[in-house]
Amino acid sequence: MGAWLTRRFRSARENGLWTALALPGIAWLVLFFLAPLYIVLAIVFGRLDPIFRTPEPVWDPIKWSGSQFTYVIDRIVGSDGIFGPALLRTAVYVLLASAICMCIAFPVAYFVARLAGRRRGVILALLIAPFWISYMMRMLAWVNLLEDDGLVNKALSLGGLFSVHEEWLAGKSAVVVLGLVYGYVPYMILPLYAGLDRLPQSALEAARDLGANRPSAFFRVVLPMCRPTIVAAALLTCLPMLGDYYTNDLLSASPRTSMVGNLINETVLTPGETGYAGAFVMIVIVASLIPMLYYVRSTIKADLVAT
Amino acid sequence: MTAATRTTPASTSPATPTRTWRGPVGWWRDPWRKPRVLIGITIAYLVWSLAPVIVAVVFSFNAGKSRTVWQGFSMRWYWGDKIGSVWHNASLHTALVQTLKLGVITTVITVPLGVAFAIGIDRWRGRLPEGANVLMLLSFVLPETLLAVSLLFLVTTIAVPFELGTTAQVVGLVTFQLSYPAVLVRARLATIGRQYEEAAQDLGASAMGALRRVIMPMLMPAIFASAVLVFADVIDDFVIVRYLSSDASTEPVSVKIYNTARAAPTPALNALATLLLLAALLAVVIGFVGYRLLTRGDSTHEDRSIGAFAGEL
Repeated sequence: MGAWLTRRFRSARENGLWTALALPGIAWLVLFFLAPLYIVLAIVFGRLDPIFRTPEPVWDPIKWSGSQFTYVIDRIVGSDGIFGPALLRTAVYVLLASAICMCIAFPVAYFVARLAGRRRGVILALLIAPFWISYMMRMLAWVNLLEDDGLVNKALSLGGLFSVHEEWLAGKSAVVVLGLVYGYVPYMILPLYAGLDRLPQSALEAARDLGANRPSAFFRVVLPMCRPTIVAAALLTCLPMLGDYYTNDLLSASPRTSMVGNLINETVLTPGETGYAGAFVMIVIVASLIPMLYYVRSTIKADLVAT
Repeated sequence: MTAATRTTPASTSPATPTRTWRGPVGWWRDPWRKPRVLIGITIAYLVWSLAPVIVAVVFSFNAGKSRTVWQGFSMRWYWGDKIGSVWHNASLHTALVQTLKLGVITTVITVPLGVAFAIGIDRWRGRLPEGANVLMLLSFVLPETLLAVSLLFLVTTIAVPFELGTTAQVVGLVTFQLSYPAVLVRARLATIGRQYEEAAQDLGASAMGALRRVIMPMLMPAIFASAVLVFADVIDDFVIVRYLSSDASTEPVSVKIYNTARAAPTPALNALATLLLLAALLAVVIGFVGYRLLTRGDSTHEDRSIGAFAGEL
């Protein structure tokens, strides 16, 4: 009994230690991650100061009014749907860019993880490099190349042979999508690499030994085994793209290609429209909630398997 | 390693005639053939991903004002030019200083906070730590723009004890980066297992003592790597630092690039971006060398490659 009590006491004290270690981080996340999300709600469903046009958050959910939110919804689906096209464009751009990302990232990750041999370290370092080059610098690099007298037009004119004056930066959808691909493909390659690297070589060899040819070994062994990795990698690329407005601003700067990120960015600092920005933020959160929760769940499940 | 064992039969066993040409069908069926298509895609990708940046770096050394026509090599845009160079133009070097300042402050706050958080929720059993883990993972995948806008609302609509500017930027960055050290440290804790700690406690160490003298030294490489990752990531951050900046004096390099990239800038902007790139690469190289030193002769680290260092995010 005494020993049990001491053990019990000791474990309670230990739990105290772990609690003390975790609490600052938990408090930080609650204060600066969870609470601000509630503030967004309070602003969207809050009032607008009639004179200063500043948002007045309403903290009590019972007193929430949906006028700002319905205003935005009306502009999306209603007859004067000025926001609708941008939302639709966001979905198309993000899906298209992610698909292209996957077409590039999967072969590269597969090669580096499984076939690169001695050169793997060097190639991996080069693959990781874009991670540590500022996103803005990489976009700036493309702005330089795509300008009217930039290297792309020069290369296309084959040294003055043809006269090419393509205005790449004047609101071309293709340029924006390729810009998104360029910006986010490193974020897809690394998770894919990690997953493919963990794939047991023996399973693949067993499939070949049992008579599977190369394509069927790939489609029936490799792909099913790394499906969670593929989904996680796709989510890690899609989700940040949903809030992207800067790629668009730098590579197009035209309302013809604006995405939901641009709507947020344009309304958030405009007096009287802050509530709309909040509404767009909420729409994006709702749209990405299921993918986010899926990612969280699969990560926790993978952790449980690992321990 | 796996790839090496895969290719050895081709070179050692004389039974597989890899050198003779057997037509495209034979080439396709040869299980030991070189993955030429994949090699091609990988090289093309690497060129595509790095060449534009290299061109931008090269043009930062341009002697003229153009960022598209080469007019000779000079260091004019770094310090030669009395008005427009990074060294002489106050707004450019303010941006650089602000970026590095944010990087250092955020790293110093994030790493201890994240490491303690990771150890705490890893050991503490119950609903609350599970929920905290979910919260942390959500903060990792929530689109950054959304976090930045909600923090902007926090600062502008509530009487918080700080204003837009460096403090708000640090608060935002710490929130966004907290998951890095937390995820890396938890992954490392999972590979260490409980046995070392239990052995220490059987030998009379308290929980705190085992943590301090057994677990912490084993976590050092992961902590170090996460510090480098956080620093490199913070100095590249754009979304949070832009919304939470107060005026031009707290706008870091990334915001400067965003503001001027389409407004006919001089190569000084490329020079500024190049300096930032240099800072990030320097941090990563120092970090990787340090990581190799820290894990030297450590049998619990199977993989000490650059991939393991980057945490294989």
